[in-house]
Amino acid sequence: MNGFKRVIAVAVGVTVTSAASLLAQTTSGFEPATNIGKESLPAGPLVYTAYAIVWLVLIGYVFMLWRRLDRVEKELREVAARIGSGKRA
Amino acid sequence: MKTANRFVPFLMLGAAVMFARAPFMIQDAPLESTMGLIQKIFYFHVPAASATFLAAAVCGIASAMFLWRRNPAADHVAVSAAELAVVFGIIVLATGPLWARKAWGIWWQWDVRLTMTLVMWMVFVAYLLLRRFGGPGSEVLAAAVGLFGMALVPFIYISVNYWRTIHPTTNVVPSLPPEMAAPFWWSMFAFVLLFAAILIVRVRLESNRAALEDAYAALED
Repeated sequence: MNGFKRVIAVAVGVTVTSAASLLAQTTSGFEPATNIGKESLPAGPLVYTAYAIVWLVLIGYVFMLWRRLDRVEKELREVAARIGSGKRA
Repeated sequence: MKTANRFVPFLMLGAAVMFARAPFMIQDAPLESTMGLIQKIFYFHVPAASATFLAAAVCGIASAMFLWRRNPAADHVAVSAAELAVVFGIIVLATGPLWARKAWGIWWQWDVRLTMTLVMWMVFVAYLLLRRFGGPGSEVLAAAVGLFGMALVPFIYISVNYWRTIHPTTNVVPSLPPEMAAPFWWSMFAFVLLFAAILIVRVRLESNRAALEDAYAALED
């Protein structure tokens, strides 16, 4: 029974110590860093992404526009031919 | 319109040559003192914004002409320019935040210039949705929307000078040193050439669509 009490006492002690240590960590606030390298966001990938977007959007749009125009003009020729053959008949 | 179509290959070729040369000129331009490499986005971002404004103005003027005279040709120009405002607007709204992330430390700021540009872009998206799903007669309502879109342009332009914003002001372009002005105006001219070429082709598509509808109507009769 004494052994069981001892285990409980140790468990409670460890828990309280850990909680106190955790609380101390959270309430102490931010620590100023010492000897850390200067943080910097590289501009290169952002610039390349921007130019890639410009080229992709413009080339993609011109390509789509040409396909749409081609489709409509083809359909227009077909319908005009049907109208022409209808008139001849 | 047929005369305009004859210019398309020359405009396209001119734009292609200028777009191919532009990255080399931009690379040779000096780095800006405070922003460094990220400032190079400016050489395509501002010309794309100018093309968006131009498209909005063309759409608004053509819409006004359509409302006044009910001329279908004006409507074809208006719907074509609205689509170009959306396309060039995508470039502006995508490249701007990439600049902002490095220069300002944030992707987006709800300030007057950025918010109004987004609103204008959404107005032209609304214009296209109205044309696509509005049914018969939607072209008149869409023309009014196009006019509102154009009305936003001067406010967006002067917004950086009159309201508090972190966006660079309109004084930047006139004060560019010659080594930065050369690639900037080169890119600007490339965008204007491409805009003119695409607008002519897009108007041709719209005219052909109208002719196709007429042809189907004639076939049914």
